[in-house]
Amino acid sequence: MIYLDYNATTPTDSRVVEAMLPYFHDISANPSSIHTAGHKAREALEGSRTALAELLKSRNDEIYFTSGGTEADNTAIKGTSFAQDKRKKIITSAIEHHAVLTTCEYMKKFGFRVVKVPVDHYGVVDLDFLEQEVDDNTLIVSIMHANNEVGTIEPLEKIGEIVHRHGVIFHTDAVQTVGKIPIDVRTSGIDMLSLSAHKFCGPKGIGALYVRKGVRFDPLSHGGHHEGGKRAGTENVPGIVGLGKACEIALDEMSAEEKRIRKLRDRLWQGISERIPELKLNGHPEKRLANTLNVSVKYVEGESMLLQLDARGIFASSGSACTSGSLEASHVLLAMGLPHDMAHGSLRFSCGRYNTERDIDKVIEVFPGIVEKLRVMSPLYRP
Amino acid sequence: MQYSQKVMDHFMNPRNVGEIQNADGVGTCGNPVCGDLMTFYVKIEPRTDNLDMARITEIRFKTFGCGAAIAVASMASEMAKGKTLSEVVDLSRDDVADNLDGLPPVKMHCSNLGVQAIQEALKDYLTKMGRRDLASKIKGCSKEEH
Repeated sequence: MIYLDYNATTPTDSRVVEAMLPYFHDISANPSSIHTAGHKAREALEGSRTALAELLKSRNDEIYFTSGGTEADNTAIKGTSFAQDKRKKIITSAIEHHAVLTTCEYMKKFGFRVVKVPVDHYGVVDLDFLEQEVDDNTLIVSIMHANNEVGTIEPLEKIGEIVHRHGVIFHTDAVQTVGKIPIDVRTSGIDMLSLSAHKFCGPKGIGALYVRKGVRFDPLSHGGHHEGGKRAGTENVPGIVGLGKACEIALDEMSAEEKRIRKLRDRLWQGISERIPELKLNGHPEKRLANTLNVSVKYVEGESMLLQLDARGIFASSGSACTSGSLEASHVLLAMGLPHDMAHGSLRFSCGRYNTERDIDKVIEVFPGIVEKLRVMSPLYRP
Repeated sequence: MQYSQKVMDHFMNPRNVGEIQNADGVGTCGNPVCGDLMTFYVKIEPRTDNLDMARITEIRFKTFGCGAAIAVASMASEMAKGKTLSEVVDLSRDDVADNLDGLPPVKMHCSNLGVQAIQEALKDYLTKMGRRDLASKIKGCSKEEH
């Protein structure tokens, strides 16, 4: 099996699993309990908070554990909206994850106006448009750090500058970047940041929201004093321990891993683009996550390529309508100006910790044949 | 991608792929905007006395589309081959799906264009034969697909 879908989720690192195991049975008390067993669980929980704060360069009391990136996004947008009643405008981008886009749509029910900032052909947000739209009625600007489909990295510091001129909150969905590239919330102007453990070899079902001290937000769930009263419910201690361990590993290994993975990704692009004519690279050529390769294969549809790869034990992803469960091609690729057929013909390879050169070479070996087979079948293809 | 074994078989080994030079009829349904497009080519053994009894002797197709679209085109081509015009006009998309042991619900609408595209090729044939009256009775591609 060759797994090249790390932007969807990652295998949990065995060191993470090992760190978590004691917290299912041996140290399984409620961190809110005052007995010694409870204390031990509390210690583990706070240890993970410290590890995450170190990774983000934040303070410990600015970290709120959640069930994952989606809950963090929901909390940031709904939480800030419900904590005030003056500002009624939310700005986001056209290429956000649905966890942000759908939440913003939902806020229209409560009288909020939602504006989506367009992107250029590389998927970079239009800063001039943003500057024109941010005003004193704007509550929050939510723009992702890096896009999950194409990997383009957004200019967070510039966005932060524009946003803060109007006293607006800047939230970023950093689910694809935390643990992969360095982030410093102190210097980047981020007020709120969402992250998820399972995108960097931590466990599923755990994530966090960073909230700069002083930014007001209401909790989504009520019913307990957990997480400073901002997230009711007994903490997922094993998950939080796993997140903490994943952060420690990332701190140690991130920079070497990024170089290694970038090499693999570039090897893959070079290998397939040399062998397959009429490929288009989607996303920014340089300002892009080191692990992400999104290509459009002209004349061919994405799902059929995925199935053919799957039959050879290679697992990737596509922005075609057929794979989204809807009838629409990827909103990200369409927002970047790709024609529909090129969006349907997109394929995303996202590499990660357990990929080797051999994996990449196998893809380079079989993928051209798959494309050729499907192209010969395509009425759009005229060799 | 919950496909039946039959779908996967026709997807991995599609029957009757290609084009026919000097085809008697050519029909295309679908649209690359939706992500599915198929073109059928047919050769017809003519029957001057009774066009309904004219027979598809050869059929080829080309498809741009997902796994279901390719499997549908392959299956539809097998079902239509050797059949008379009246038999092919009676085929429905449900027949194709049934012969494939079912399709995921989301694929029934967008990818199941095989029968329509073949019927479109028959319309083309009848029109070329100067029988617009008969051609107009065949449904072909439905507009809602686009």
